Amino acid sequence: MADKVSNKSIFLNPLSKDNPVIVQILGICSVLAVTAKLEPAIVMGLSVIAVLAFSNVIISLIRNTIPTNIRIIVQLVVVAGLVVIVSQLLQAYAYDVSKQLSVFIGLIITNCILMGRLEAFAMGNKPWPSFLDGVGNGAGYAVILVIVGFFRELLGSGTLLGYQVVPQWCYDHGYVNNGLMILPPMALIVVACIIWVHRSINKDIE
Amino acid sequence: MNKQSNSYTIIYIIVLVVVVGAALAFTAMGLKDRQQQNADADRMRQILAAVHITPAPADVVADFGKYITSQAVVNSRGETVGDDAFAVSVAAQVKLPADERQLPVFICTLPDGSLKYILPMYGAGLWGPIWGYVALDSDATTIYGAYFAHQGETPGLGAEIEKPAFSDQFDGKTIWKDGNFMPVAVVKKGQPSPSGEDYVDGISGGTITSKGVSAMLSDCLKPYEPYLLTLRLK
Repeated sequence: MADKVSNKSIFLNPLSKDNPVIVQILGICSVLAVTAKLEPAIVMGLSVIAVLAFSNVIISLIRNTIPTNIRIIVQLVVVAGLVVIVSQLLQAYAYDVSKQLSVFIGLIITNCILMGRLEAFAMGNKPWPSFLDGVGNGAGYAVILVIVGFFRELLGSGTLLGYQVVPQWCYDHGYVNNGLMILPPMALIVVACIIWVHRSINKDIE
Repeated sequence: MNKQSNSYTIIYIIVLVVVVGAALAFTAMGLKDRQQQNADADRMRQILAAVHITPAPADVVADFGKYITSQAVVNSRGETVGDDAFAVSVAAQVKLPADERQLPVFICTLPDGSLKYILPMYGAGLWGPIWGYVALDSDATTIYGAYFAHQGETPGLGAEIEKPAFSDQFDGKTIWKDGNFMPVAVVKKGQPSPSGEDYVDGISGGTITSKGVSAMLSDCLKPYEPYLLTLRLK
């Protein structure tokens, strides 16, 4: 981070040009796991935004006190603490969604985006830019999750957020839900399609 | 101060862990009641699912109170020893020898006035615990409905025990054959049952989970035999 980067680009870059999922290809495993339906995808996205933003701020606040040789451990403790708090909150206020997400909330700890951002950004920047970086990267992740969840639920179940959107007469005329969309491999294929579209628009990413 | 010294590092990590630990303990204490309510409501939903009642999430507690008209805790001699079946942890009871177990019974009155007896079960699948509820008609012979759940069985294979396609097979099966108590077996499709009892098809690719369900049915229902016998004679 030798160049002074503007706060705006810190926030906006991860949404498209430097997106953690479709450009850096990080955090793919949770994209596979939680996007069969739109609702868990949204909750997972929000959880990652919250954990990433707060862990970035906390690490950035204490960055000058952290002994270098245990910095990864310190980062892990902070992230793990935040993840457990999010998981407890979900169990208290969104029990059904927390059951659907099951272990994947806990596995936010191992999401490479988190450690990557803490190590690459929060350790060397002030709290406010770190917060923006966390929200930006979290949102970049969440956007992809929601897009994938949208297509998988629409084509796989004919519903969105649990509401039937494909009208009954389509089924009466021989339309069938694509069961393959609910299976994990289709998440990869949908992500690949998003990358394809994204790269053909942004020719400068190689 | 030397930030790379061993003593600084040790004190730093101790302080950090204590602070994070305190924050977690505080969160857990604050949210415990709500989480317990959610977990209880989820158990009530599962119990009602055994009698084919699926209320909206907001109505679960009310419907449980409406349909589950009484509860009983019995022992393996068929004697009633308590009335708070919901408080009995089936997971803890199945670890005891059969004749020391406390056996919960949920007595359900359906809208048409018929009585159903719901018996909880707990066992082991392939990756973790499985559990379920079996609802018997008031003659204590015919199965009215069943519900199974699991913690972490393989999706698409063992996890299929959760689906109605599996649990609805139990409807109408009987657990007494010629006066002998014989819980339903889960067997490979197309095979006869081992000793003449009623059976349902297991799940292809979920053999160990299917066997787990079969073992759970026999292990958890056997201790109820004397109690069910008194119901039959009524």
